[in-house]
Amino acid sequence: MKAYLDNNSTTPMDKRVKDVYCNATELFGNVNVIYQLGIDARNAMNKAYDILYPGIGADNSDDIIITSSTSEGNNTVIKTFLDAFLKGNGKKHIITTVSEHSSIKGPCAYAKTLGMEVTYLYTDENGRIDLKELENAIREDTALISILYASNESGVIQPIKEISEIARKYNISFHCDGAQAIGKVKINVRELGVDYFTFGAHKFHGPKGVGALYVREGAPYVNLIHGGNLMGGKRSGSVYLNGMIAMAEALKLANENLDLINTKISKLRDRLEEAILQIPDTKSYIDKKYRLPNTVVASFRGIEGESMLWDLNVNGIYAATGSSCSSERLEGSEVLEALGEDPEIAHTGIIFSLSRFTTQEEIDYVIEKLPGIVERLRDISMTYAKVAPK
Amino acid sequence: MGRNDLITGNVWEQYSKKVIDRMNNPKYLGEFSEEEAKEKGLKLVVADFGSEACGDSVRLYWLVDPKTDKIVDARFRSFGCGTAIASSDMMTELTIGKTVDEAMKITNLDVEKALRDDPNTPAFPPQKMHCSVMAYDVIIEAAAKYQGKNADDLRNSEIVCECARVTRKEIEDIVKEHNVKTVEELQKYTDAGKYCKSCVAPGGHEEKPVYLVDIIKDVQEQMKKQNLKNASQTEDFDKMSLIKKIKAIEEFLDTKIKPMLAMDGGSLELLDIREEDGITKVYIRYMGACATCASGGATLLAIEDEIRKFFKSDKIKIEQI
Repeated sequence: MKAYLDNNSTTPMDKRVKDVYCNATELFGNVNVIYQLGIDARNAMNKAYDILYPGIGADNSDDIIITSSTSEGNNTVIKTFLDAFLKGNGKKHIITTVSEHSSIKGPCAYAKTLGMEVTYLYTDENGRIDLKELENAIREDTALISILYASNESGVIQPIKEISEIARKYNISFHCDGAQAIGKVKINVRELGVDYFTFGAHKFHGPKGVGALYVREGAPYVNLIHGGNLMGGKRSGSVYLNGMIAMAEALKLANENLDLINTKISKLRDRLEEAILQIPDTKSYIDKKYRLPNTVVASFRGIEGESMLWDLNVNGIYAATGSSCSSERLEGSEVLEALGEDPEIAHTGIIFSLSRFTTQEEIDYVIEKLPGIVERLRDISMTYAKVAPK
Repeated sequence: MGRNDLITGNVWEQYSKKVIDRMNNPKYLGEFSEEEAKEKGLKLVVADFGSEACGDSVRLYWLVDPKTDKIVDARFRSFGCGTAIASSDMMTELTIGKTVDEAMKITNLDVEKALRDDPNTPAFPPQKMHCSVMAYDVIIEAAAKYQGKNADDLRNSEIVCECARVTRKEIEDIVKEHNVKTVEELQKYTDAGKYCKSCVAPGGHEEKPVYLVDIIKDVQEQMKKQNLKNASQTEDFDKMSLIKKIKAIEEFLDTKIKPMLAMDGGSLELLDIREEDGITKVYIRYMGACATCASGGATLLAIEDEIRKFFKSDKIKIEQI
């Protein structure tokens, strides 16, 4: 038995999406040629756009630029404002949050090296930003507010509509990184009032290597990739046509299944969360009303996160630490510390994220295995030792 | 960089079978109680190192024979990742049967070597070496407890890179021998800074009292001064070519005089050096606070005096322009 519960990191491709993806590889014609193969390719692109535009509630006067990833979209947005600053428009300030993905923090750090200034808003014990703090952070020279819809790791949802209203009030551009929210929450960019919205297909059972950048009509835009006339000249590089078609299919299926996420999957999530809390010295985080319906953030006192991942892995269960402890960097515990947890508990955080393909059997299997795993690892742990140094 | 660095995140697949086995089934897991020790007529030593707030910690239990100082048996408990647990287990095993003094010689490098399947393949990837360092530290803590000493006194305080256990002296020698100017060059000759990288420069995983970049800078500075000294001692200034004189004086002004003037917010600029009637004339211009200083003339004489003393020649004259 295996249980994949790291869907906030990436998701498996839906079989129907896979079929669409494979079939679309037949459409190999260059989308810019005038003869029949180009016509076929453009027809397919149009069909994909027929799904994508209403799929996120975009107006036909807006742009949905097909990118390689959320990261590319995020970079394009930040660097659009960096470009304007470097050309002397005087707007040097960006407001964002501490919970952004590295694809926002990275380009912001880069913009700082070139003279821009960045304010990182802190979050409260539910992982939410304070709207008053946002308003206080706004300056005369604020060019952009960039805030993610839902945290990549903890699944905390930010009040995007309210943020958008504040941005509008002060006439500041607003970008929302929607990578983690799309497919789990109904997205309507026009209703949200965002100027930019970015996402990648692999977070909602689409393929990796394709994503989109929504740009509201009239919002500033500077190319990240210069070159040919693709995407109306706004993003060069051959269009990843079968990726785009598969992303559209994945979005359609995700939107059709939103109810499933909010009912069956959310109930499975609750079941898992309750079972975790049955184990002594565990804790779960973030009020459910502020959290994506597929996510559990928990801590297991005395068990360092990576060793927990190890034992879960041995049992065919895949989850996340919400830190980079298991990767090249050694800093851990960022998610729980941001939620106000003590450092020694923060290192024991584990994030389980379900998808619409998660089954009751998988969750039951995890619930059955967890107590034994916790017992073994706590037996190793010095937190539970009986004899201490004098 | 290169092919191996393009695929990131590879950690567990670089673990040796021994590491995996010890994580899954630690052999020396557990603890001893005071009663158990008393029954056997042995001394119980319990020592901790690290902290859960930092992400890893270990507790070591020894039963020591007080007559022979021999560690009869040992156990551990640990809070940490797979490497930390496997290293703690191996470290505990390595101490058994040794005297406390012998055990103190065990380092994280010995633990890592003992965990290898193949003598030439590391037991875990470089960034995990950090997790094995506490294996050394906890032995020192335990030994200090047993011997009633201060652990800090027993530790080799000269270690700069704890992962590779390289001392400041070793690094200084390499910098001197190979005229090393960057950390990359340094790492051609040592493993220092190759593992968790904390000791390379500020901003890494751990804060350090001194970093490799500082040591390289310090030694380079010393070498510069030494070269200058050697030059002045070995070669007769009056017989130097004009080019050599210019270089020597410029370096002297840069390293000896300018730092002194800078303390009062002043500086000087070397404008020209000319040889006239067997006298080397050094033309300078005062800058900063010196330019308006009332005692500029006295300072000029003092500088001239310093230069003459340093180069052992009275045929040098300083002129202010």
